[in-house]
Amino acid sequence: MNFYTAKADTAAERRVAVDDMILTKTMPTAAGSRMLDGYMSLFDAEVITRLENAGYAIAGKTDVGEFAIDLVGETSYHGAGTENGTLLSASAEAIKSGDVPAVVCFDVNGSVCRAAAQNGLVSVKPTYGTVSRYGTIPAACSGETVSVMADSTAKCREILDVLAGHDDKDGTSLSEEQCALVKTAAAKPAAKVAVLTNFCEAVDDAVSAKLDAAKAALTAQGVEICEIADEKIAAARAAWNILMCSELCNNVSRYDGVKYGYRTQNFTNIDELYTNSRTEAFGELLKTAILFGSDNLSTENYMKVYDKALRIRRVVCEAFEELFKAYDAVLLPACSRLAYTEAETKADKYLAFEENQYTAPASITGLPAVTAGSVQLIGSMFSENMLFETAKLLAKEGE
Amino acid sequence: MNYETVIGLEVHVELATKSKIFCSCNAKYGAGPNEHVCPACCGMPGMLPVVNKRVVDYGMKAGMMLNCHINRTTTFDKKSYYYPDLPCAYQTTQWFAPVAVNGTVEIETSKGKKNIRIKQIHMEEDAGKLVHDIAEDTTHVDFNRTSVPLIEIVSQPDLSSAEEVEAYLERLKMLLRYAKVAECAMEHGTMRCDVNLSVRPEGSDQLGVRTEMKNMNSIEAIKHAIEYETARHIDAIENGTEVLVQETRRWDDIKGKSFAMRNKETAGDYRYFPDPNLMPVVIDDAWYDSIQASLPELPEEKYARYTEQLGLSEYDAAQLVKSIALCECFEAAHAVCGSAKDAANWMISEIMSILNQRKMTYDMLNINGTSLGELIKLVMDGTVGRANGKKILNAMFEDASIVPAEYAEKNGYIMSNDTGLIEQVVKAAIEAEPKAVADYKGGKEKAIMSIFGRCMKELKGNCDPQTLRTILIDTINKM
Ligand SMILES: [Zn+2]
Repeated sequence: MNFYTAKADTAAERRVAVDDMILTKTMPTAAGSRMLDGYMSLFDAEVITRLENAGYAIAGKTDVGEFAIDLVGETSYHGAGTENGTLLSASAEAIKSGDVPAVVCFDVNGSVCRAAAQNGLVSVKPTYGTVSRYGTIPAACSGETVSVMADSTAKCREILDVLAGHDDKDGTSLSEEQCALVKTAAAKPAAKVAVLTNFCEAVDDAVSAKLDAAKAALTAQGVEICEIADEKIAAARAAWNILMCSELCNNVSRYDGVKYGYRTQNFTNIDELYTNSRTEAFGELLKTAILFGSDNLSTENYMKVYDKALRIRRVVCEAFEELFKAYDAVLLPACSRLAYTEAETKADKYLAFEENQYTAPASITGLPAVTAGSVQLIGSMFSENMLFETAKLLAKEGE
Repeated sequence: MNYETVIGLEVHVELATKSKIFCSCNAKYGAGPNEHVCPACCGMPGMLPVVNKRVVDYGMKAGMMLNCHINRTTTFDKKSYYYPDLPCAYQTTQWFAPVAVNGTVEIETSKGKKNIRIKQIHMEEDAGKLVHDIAEDTTHVDFNRTSVPLIEIVSQPDLSSAEEVEAYLERLKMLLRYAKVAECAMEHGTMRCDVNLSVRPEGSDQLGVRTEMKNMNSIEAIKHAIEYETARHIDAIENGTEVLVQETRRWDDIKGKSFAMRNKETAGDYRYFPDPNLMPVVIDDAWYDSIQASLPELPEEKYARYTEQLGLSEYDAAQLVKSIALCECFEAAHAVCGSAKDAANWMISEIMSILNQRKMTYDMLNINGTSLGELIKLVMDGTVGRANGKKILNAMFEDASIVPAEYAEKNGYIMSNDTGLIEQVVKAAIEAEPKAVADYKGGKEKAIMSIFGRCMKELKGNCDPQTLRTILIDTINKM
């Protein structure tokens, strides 16, 4: 686990940490990978500039899993953070220990959502395109989103307000008017919420209890709850794994030991330099993702696999659009259990690509998601404020 | 049996934009190693590509010049391969929806006119350059060229000889230079060419085994390579000297031979997929129309206008339309001086010969056409003598900011109308050349030229030759 500290003299409420997927000029950024050990960026991420301009101090960096595609950070080259065999999220620990009230995280494969749910924190993954990705380590560009984890809904919202806004340096950045919706859209809690029942079947008792508590809290405060099974949205996981791994394979291909980063000592020609540098520096989960992604994009598989995943993305988007005609938000678990053990990740190497079934719907569509009360709420584009208001109802019940 | 050669070309042309395709680095050729680079074009993580709109403008313009259909929604895709000159290990190109498709280019050869179909034009980024240091036994990478915008013009296999290929390449150069989208200088590597070639019996509609020669960078080399490959294919077919296989070959211009490349250099799956960081570019009517409106008059149209409306000779018009720079200079000069014939005359007998002397291409012409028009006017109305006019023109080549009238004044190139002064100079010259005077009087008409020359020199050329001649003859005759 890694945690740099800087500017400790700033008032606690103005301190923010960022995770190690976000590039900083003054601190190294390694993306949890030996490949980028000690890498110093020549520039700050846009979100760093925005935080500093708004008077926040970057108190330090929290460790992430290699390129942030794992469960909660266990694949970092620093090793997994654990307590009694249970996996810890570095960002969640930074908040729980009182070091910072909020961490700006890069959500690639749902780790932010899972960490918030497992630690009773609040997180927001805003609408894709409302927070600039300039200066973030590219992993799965079509769905990765700068997110916020915090100790309260109010803090989460406060930081998102600082981060959201158009950026010319990011070609996928939405217009200033659209980004402003994230900050200023009318804030009433959801009137009708759909619970996606087929996502609630494989969860353990602890998660079930959290879901029941959430439903009860919402009902108690006049929110209408409906139970819906949606098989189309359930297809998001398989499609997201294809898209994520393919994009990841392409994005990490630049780390070849030639220009910067880890370089093997063991080579006699350029092919060995590439192969050995990557073999020695990359971890197992990433290598699996690279192989899977590379295979998806082969000429033979492109139409059969990758193009199909793109079409499923559209189907999932349409399924959500259909739901949002009748409901304001969708409620589903953020993970199947409230803790992962190191032993089970060793036993099931691909757990991260199964657990992401809960986060893939928001990742693949770019829809906003708020995690609170250990459950996840997804809304239509720019509905962050509605989701925050609904999340507050969950928190009230918890108190 | 008679054979025909079937050739298709993939021509890479660097677009002449000021900045690179996805970052704001200078795209100009010729800087020191790695002077035009930034974290984006060096492939450092965290920089996101943002399309330089000017590149799309130029891509569309090239498409329109080649009579293509413009795709109103055009997308960028990633092409993956590992090579040290490719910093991200992928090249951003257009695979699924290129900017322009289905065009034609008309060429003219000794066999007449022919249409060459264009399959597509796509935009992409260039790669860097490897510099091998033999003394040190190391290789260095120069990223100046990475992300410089390129278009690749893919023809259908409609070409059938080295002569046609040359005509096609010359025509492409001319059209793209007219549209000012590219320099197209093979010697700078701003135009490069892949040649796909096969041979089949004349009249057959089946294609033979195709070989590809990559990265050809001179028309002479391309012509040699086509002749060599055609002969090699025919020899293989007729005499069974070797078995032809579909492959990429390298042309060695020094040896005058093509060689099969190692399989390793050519194999590979590029794993194309749409770049999620680049939104599809949607070309609306206003954008389309603005590019359409900016298209230049074609060389043929200029030729017709110059001969029919401006009354230029066919020869003069043909000379001028060789280069858009010559045309623009001529047209601006004509607008100022009012005489197309004089403007054309200055362009062809003075400017083009100065360019040749200085070993400059026509496109390198840096004379301001308006200034040239002013100069021509000064000579036409007798303010400046023609010989002094040429001196001013030469000075203008050195300093484009010269205003001809001011320069003439400052350097004493204004014609004198003072007959008293001319008579004085004539008198002195006659006294200095008694022999020439005697010869002239004795019937040798040519003898007068040396006296005339002496006078002109004394007058610094600022005298109307006719006036001087009249005064000189009158003076001698009166003696
Ligand atoms: Zn650059």
